[in-house]
Amino acid sequence: MTLRKYSVLAGVAVFAAAGDSMLSHGMKQAGNIPLHHLHNVILAVINPWVAGGILLLLAFFASYMTALSWADLTYVLPATSLGYVLLALAAKFVLHEDVSPLRWLGIALISAGVGFVAGGDAHTTPHPHKTEDLMEAPVEIESASLTREAEDEPVSSEVEP
Amino acid sequence: MKPIYADLYTWCAIGAVVLASVVGDVLLSRAMKQVGDVHDLLDRRGLWIVVRRVLRNPNFALGVAAMAVAFFSLLFALSWGDVSLVAPAAASLTFIGNAFAAKIFLHEKVDRRRWIAAILVAAGVALLAG
Repeated sequence: MTLRKYSVLAGVAVFAAAGDSMLSHGMKQAGNIPLHHLHNVILAVINPWVAGGILLLLAFFASYMTALSWADLTYVLPATSLGYVLLALAAKFVLHEDVSPLRWLGIALISAGVGFVAGGDAHTTPHPHKTEDLMEAPVEIESASLTREAEDEPVSSEVEP
Repeated sequence: MKPIYADLYTWCAIGAVVLASVVGDVLLSRAMKQVGDVHDLLDRRGLWIVVRRVLRNPNFALGVAAMAVAFFSLLFALSWGDVSLVAPAAASLTFIGNAFAAKIFLHEKVDRRRWIAAILVAAGVALLAG
């Protein structure tokens, strides 16, 4: 695990928490959207909080996908739950809301769970030479297909093992 | 007054949310393993190749579709049940379901360490999401 990989995992937690809260704040400003006025959803996107929230959730999705490319699902998921912890801490220290003892217990449990997983290997599935083949093989094929777009389809069938 | 079957509907919808999210997570994880290490690819081949490979992966499309099903099932669940039940139940059961699915379908080594983590995180999320 490198610093770069840890920052991707941190991004997963931070972007999810920040995106959700911006979206929630923005949708409360936008007000209730009745079912027969669904086009108001489009107007809601003009709200800067909603637009910002969507952008952050896209950043979350990109970090999540990146983390899944080099780590197990059961390694990445606990990191996503750190987002709940960040939200509770933000509620306490930024918004000065009361955090109940049960919520502190929840924070403790999630942190303990993340600690348990982080101590082990990030990737446990067999990592055979096949992966290396998959990475190497399309290098030539893809640059060839860039120059000859018409032959894209037969090329992609070659990539599949 | 609450209809007699509201609880049953709520739990069925929660079950649908959990099932669809687990299927989605497994498919997305499999898709990204097929794409390969994104850091490596970014350094050697550039962003365009990464985006192209992800978007062309059929497991990615199926995974995103499953996530969309999970999202709409969540809306249904919320229309029948209280948010204080639906949100924590769906989130924490998804963690447990994912641990099983990762072991069975992705062949990850879910050892004692990871089981304990899944249970701790599921319990913690249940307490925080309510």
